[in-house]
Amino acid sequence: MNWLDKNILSFVTFVPAAGALLLLFFPRRDRDIKLFSLVISLLSFVVSLHLPAHFNRNQAGFQFDKNIPWIPTPNIHYHMGIDGISLWLVVLTTFLTPLCVLISWKSIHERVKEFFILLLVLETAMIGVFVALDLFLFYFFWEATLIPMALLIGMYGHERRVYAAVKFFLYTMIASVFMLAAILWLYANTTPHTFDFVAVQNAIQQGQLPNLPGAARWLFFGFFVAFAVKVPLFPFHTWLPDAHVEAPTAGSVLLAGVLLKMGTYGLLRFNLGLFPQQSRANASWIAALALIGIVYGALVAMVQPNMKKLIAYSSISHLGFVVLGIFSFTQAGLNGATFVMLAHGISTGALFMLAGILYERRHTYEISEFGGLATPMPTYSTFFLFIVLASVGLPLLNGFVGEFLVLSGAFQTKMWWGIVGATGVIWSACYLLWMYQRVFFGVVKHEENNLLPDLNLRERVALWPTAVVALAMGVAPLLWLNAIDPAVHNALAVFPQYVTQVVGR
Amino acid sequence: MALQTMQTLPGAVDYIRILPEVVLSLFGMLVMFLDPILDERRSQRTLGGIALAGAIAALAATLYQAQPQYWGLGFWEMVRVDPFSIFFHFVVAASAILVILSSYEYMEVQQIRAGEYYALILFGAVGMNLMSSAVELVLIFIALEISSISTYILAGFRRRSAISSESSVKYFLLGSFATAFFLYGVALMFGATGSTSIARISASLAEYAGGHGPLLAYLGVALMFVGLGFKVAAAPFHVWTPDVYEGAPSPVVGFMSTAPKAAVFAVLLRIMFEAKTPDAARVWLIWVAAALSMTIGNIAALVQDNVKRLLAYSSIAHAGYLLVAIASLPANGIPAAMFYTASYAAMNIGAFAVVGHFAGAGERYVTLEDYSGLGRRSPGLAAILTVFLLSLIGIPITGGFFAKFYVFSAALQGNHPLVGLVVIGVLNSAIAAYYYLRIIVVMYMREPRTDAPVSPIPAGLGIALALSLAVTIYLGVLPGRVLEYAGRSVDLLH
Repeated sequence: MNWLDKNILSFVTFVPAAGALLLLFFPRRDRDIKLFSLVISLLSFVVSLHLPAHFNRNQAGFQFDKNIPWIPTPNIHYHMGIDGISLWLVVLTTFLTPLCVLISWKSIHERVKEFFILLLVLETAMIGVFVALDLFLFYFFWEATLIPMALLIGMYGHERRVYAAVKFFLYTMIASVFMLAAILWLYANTTPHTFDFVAVQNAIQQGQLPNLPGAARWLFFGFFVAFAVKVPLFPFHTWLPDAHVEAPTAGSVLLAGVLLKMGTYGLLRFNLGLFPQQSRANASWIAALALIGIVYGALVAMVQPNMKKLIAYSSISHLGFVVLGIFSFTQAGLNGATFVMLAHGISTGALFMLAGILYERRHTYEISEFGGLATPMPTYSTFFLFIVLASVGLPLLNGFVGEFLVLSGAFQTKMWWGIVGATGVIWSACYLLWMYQRVFFGVVKHEENNLLPDLNLRERVALWPTAVVALAMGVAPLLWLNAIDPAVHNALAVFPQYVTQVVGR
Repeated sequence: MALQTMQTLPGAVDYIRILPEVVLSLFGMLVMFLDPILDERRSQRTLGGIALAGAIAALAATLYQAQPQYWGLGFWEMVRVDPFSIFFHFVVAASAILVILSSYEYMEVQQIRAGEYYALILFGAVGMNLMSSAVELVLIFIALEISSISTYILAGFRRRSAISSESSVKYFLLGSFATAFFLYGVALMFGATGSTSIARISASLAEYAGGHGPLLAYLGVALMFVGLGFKVAAAPFHVWTPDVYEGAPSPVVGFMSTAPKAAVFAVLLRIMFEAKTPDAARVWLIWVAAALSMTIGNIAALVQDNVKRLLAYSSIAHAGYLLVAIASLPANGIPAAMFYTASYAAMNIGAFAVVGHFAGAGERYVTLEDYSGLGRRSPGLAAILTVFLLSLIGIPITGGFFAKFYVFSAALQGNHPLVGLVVIGVLNSAIAAYYYLRIIVVMYMREPRTDAPVSPIPAGLGIALALSLAVTIYLGVLPGRVLEYAGRSVDLLH
């Protein structure tokens, strides 16, 4: 392996942080700061493209592996690596961040420097979560996402921002304490003590942890609680609508686009990867929670008068699909779950950007304040419609592929999971299209909406990539799936005996 | 044996073994001597400079002393230089440097006479250094008094302010009471074992079958713990802390909440581990004190609106976390405690330096309200304070995280892991996050107050903050070397 391949993950991860560090010493010239952040985030996107370009799609297991000792006591390694699952999540993160910079160009006008520093630090932390293979390093990045995100919400959000920020912080931090406890237990019970994910996984599979049978259930819950709050799975979801509604647009985009995926990624990587038996034993009620989330999220979304809150609840519904797919323990289900993560990141990210664009013009998210916007803003409405259709799951757009795979996996496992899950697709069509109808169709109800300017160049530049990717993912999903599939296969192969039990039921 | 050693006069090497103390005393006296000679209005910078030089010289002396050929007992086996004491000398000297640097401008703003102030910091440091290297209970007592008396006076240095005087008197009265307890404990220990030397106490207690010492020894340990517990502000001997911290000058609070505490923890570690006091006494006594300190400190801090009082309660809680380490097995507990004192010193001195700078003349701006929008009014200061607060919470890549991490993992080692105490500790850390975050929230998410002005960061304070920030981050990113050093120093303890 050459030098670049060995260090590429470190570059991708720390380019934004290095940019943030430089930004710290920048004079407060807002324009330069924005340009610089754009350049840095584009740079990290370009660097991250090295990953899919040189990713070996026939090889399961972790690639671009880098493992050096960091702290001797406790034995913490700087261990990074990606497989087909984390590969695309990393690229999703680097893809969304430049768009976030673009979309914040005008809406952030005070404390600009702090905003972009926080944004770049957040990017580093998010990428770190997906590439870390040392449990401690993972936990570190996991916690590190919390502070910039909470500050972004609390400093740049709307009226109830402080409440939302504190709620977000406390929910996720308290939940992750349980994960830390589980991580420490694993560390203390492996010989030699290690935080290394691969080593811990091997030790568990080979039954080298004598105390595991008694503790496995608690460890599973430790990880599960932390991830379930992040996803968020019903009934841990109450922080999400608050955080989304109050967050600035870029915060919402990254929150929905990436941060929520950290939860599902964690479930997939750690709960399934480390505790297959417990995952299987608990699958039925977790899937039930996911199904409740799908239906409940959709129903609540339907009655929201606030556009942003509607999109937030739609996230709960969509993320329910991901969890359902993961706990179906089928190849199709897991592939679909991973694909939905990416698709949701693109389309919901774009929806939040669109909502933000409207907010910049009218300073409200109330659906009743709009109506007939298709007349003054034709380009905007076209983009909006396209993304709504992608999100609804129209065939040939990205939402369809993932949800289809998840549902086919769910059907294989239990018929009624599939049936209930499938209604979610219908619900999502209802609430999104109904919202679209109320906002864009008909006559212009409010006088001031007549004068709303259509998208400007910057906004179009921010939206085009999402539309293109949404279409590409729908037309040629294999480009993504052929990297995901071996990783999923590998994730399922670690516990064949349990899988067959589930599938055979 | 004792008499024989008494008869020989101390040689040069003995003086090297107290070199940092000697250096600090000389510089302290120099400051006192120059104070009346120099022009009152311009003396403050000169005297501060001399004091700074003294503290740096003490640091250099510690480094000199750290060479292995100077390790060992000195002055008729009353002091002992070993990596353990060197570690604490280092912490004390570094704390003194940071505090002197951050006092520079503070003194001018508060219009405090500089002479005695700097001298007392140096003299206090003498006592603290001596505490960590003394292996004889009477000398420990004397060192404790040297350090305490300096801090009693320092607490009252804002002479124009009534609460500062109140703080000083309160601290003095309760502190004297506590040292009396300590002395009583020493007397009982002497009665139980016939010696005040830690090595001989250890030998004598080891003779008792099954590791149970005589009742008198238990009582002695308990009484000494009362005295020391007072000094580190551990519950239930913590009642003085909020009032004293509120009244005392902020840089002094930064100093007295870290350096003397570190020294007292050194004494505690020596008494508890080196003297081989019975485990039962140690574990239960400290278990209760640790649980109480963490809980009372954190819960009381939740409702504070004065930042200094809030940090005072936080320091009670941190004393509790530290006690958890002392209740653990020595092999893991001592390094964890040592690491904790170092990282706590860096972050707390830093936090109080910011508070002191922001408080303005007469320390007017110390309520949470005054911090509204500090993130906008002084982004640098707010960002730095945020890092210290995150470290106090225990967020990764700050020293505070590994400090807590080592303490709790030390408590879980061995055949009788202190699971209950760790659960209490972890819950407490979660509670604590709330009140530290409150400060961050107020700084960043409230509209700025215009009536509380923030002056730009002066050079001295800037250096102090940069140093404490660097140490806090260093301990959070590369804690390995410090912990390894602490671990090695434990192997060399008897």
